Amino acid sequence: MSKQTLIPVGPYHPLQEEPELFKLYCEGEIVKDVKWETGYNHRGIEKLAEQKSYDEVFFLVERICGICSTSHPFAFANAVEEIAEVEVTNRAKYIRSIIGELERIHSHLLWVGLAGHFLGYNTLFMWAWKYREPVLDLFEMITGNRNSYAMFKVGGVRRDIENTKITTIAKVLALVKKKTDLLVGAVMDDPVIHARTKGVGILTKEDILNFAAVGPTARASGVDIDIRRDDPYAAYPLVNWKVITAQAGDVFAKAEVRLLEMYESISIIEQCLEGLKKEKEGDIDVKIKHIPEGYGTGRAEAPRGEVFHFVISDGSNSPARHKIRAPSYTNIATFKKSCVGQSISDATISLAAVDPCYCCTERLAVALDRNSGKRIMNAKEIIAHSTLITQNLLQLHNLSK
Amino acid sequence: MSFKSYCFKKSLWLFHFGGASCNNCDIEILDCLTPRYDVERFGMILVGSIRHADVLLVNGSINKKDKPRLLEIYEQAPKPVLVVAIGACGCTGGIFAEGNTFAGPVDKIIPVDAYIPGCPPKPEAILAGVVKLMGKN
Repeated sequence: MSKQTLIPVGPYHPLQEEPELFKLYCEGEIVKDVKWETGYNHRGIEKLAEQKSYDEVFFLVERICGICSTSHPFAFANAVEEIAEVEVTNRAKYIRSIIGELERIHSHLLWVGLAGHFLGYNTLFMWAWKYREPVLDLFEMITGNRNSYAMFKVGGVRRDIENTKITTIAKVLALVKKKTDLLVGAVMDDPVIHARTKGVGILTKEDILNFAAVGPTARASGVDIDIRRDDPYAAYPLVNWKVITAQAGDVFAKAEVRLLEMYESISIIEQCLEGLKKEKEGDIDVKIKHIPEGYGTGRAEAPRGEVFHFVISDGSNSPARHKIRAPSYTNIATFKKSCVGQSISDATISLAAVDPCYCCTERLAVALDRNSGKRIMNAKEIIAHSTLITQNLLQLHNLSK
Repeated sequence: MSFKSYCFKKSLWLFHFGGASCNNCDIEILDCLTPRYDVERFGMILVGSIRHADVLLVNGSINKKDKPRLLEIYEQAPKPVLVVAIGACGCTGGIFAEGNTFAGPVDKIIPVDAYIPGCPPKPEAILAGVVKLMGKN
């Protein structure tokens, strides 16, 4: 066996915005193994959620991740509304979907820019981020903040989109559509991008199923899953749209899926705006007096894939248990497949291709003995422990089936 | 003109330390570099190593794993260095201050020269904060 070199990327690397550590084990220029280490971002959100009231948890979960700051409240709202058995009004559904899709557009634009940056194509980075700004302006107009929108609550939304704003939104969407054409041209017709991304970081259909990857990562490998269609929520069953898939499974296919999804998002928003005109203004929430005992699951399709929230209520004002699973949690595991065997220069774009989000993913803690520094629990044991706690809680409230 | 103000007269180079954050402030810092705000016209760039930087931007609440690393990065910085705490989490710990892994806001760990509040602060606010800091010293 030849000598392996360890190349650390991170934790505070200029390429990444978030702290995380990749260890690339290389032989020559070929990556033989990859390990990743997190924990730099852990904030103990599930525990914090148990100390907050249902209204406050929304502000907490949207700060799980700044980029998907609608998806987490979306999934949490779905979970709590399942417990309370509430059906939100159509207007609230449309508004929720509009915010969700605007977020998808800005997140995909952000990814396209960063992917260009990783490839050394900084023009694409600057373009994509420039045309992301009008979307953020829309957010500021609708919700009052560029990120972290605070739009969701149990039973509806906090702010209405007045019908007078609809023309402005439609105008910005038309601009974004035009600029998406430009970006699609810049990516799809560029021979350099073809050379750098085609056949790089391939994930086959079997790999996706083995790693349980979700979102655009799965759809780019021909796995046709989308929570918006498979487990309909909000206004998605009320509008016409299609799920974008590609077959190749390489980085190029992932870019293609994301770019084409932006057109779908724009079309969904346009239809939702039409729907808004028909609904009565101000009819945006259902009053809920009490969250009964029980448990509920909520799912939502974030820009990166399926977000899953599980909430146990004991009838009090705050959740008794709140479990979150973010899409990057499963997507990051595919690095073992996509990066191994690539050259180091291709490894960076393979890592970036799944659009990993580490602040979503910070979940696992490894327990250490304080005196000896030895590991007293491995990953499997921690998962078993966590399952046990959830089961105990379910039994405590007589909810287990 | 003191040595410190001479150092920070123009072309500040920035190093970004993202603590346990939600990524919003990180994105807004990056946003400052993109065409609409474009701080590079003032000679400000994000650099890859703290050893080249004049300003240390810290955002996010600092957890137990980050704390020794932040201290080490501060020690590696060539002095004088300006430290800017960005966002509600950087200033006070924000919504995560009650978390079980929280190890104190930035100013409990290293001296801070400027606080930029907001969740997240707008790019304009970040720019205004850094410009104020340049005038102060």
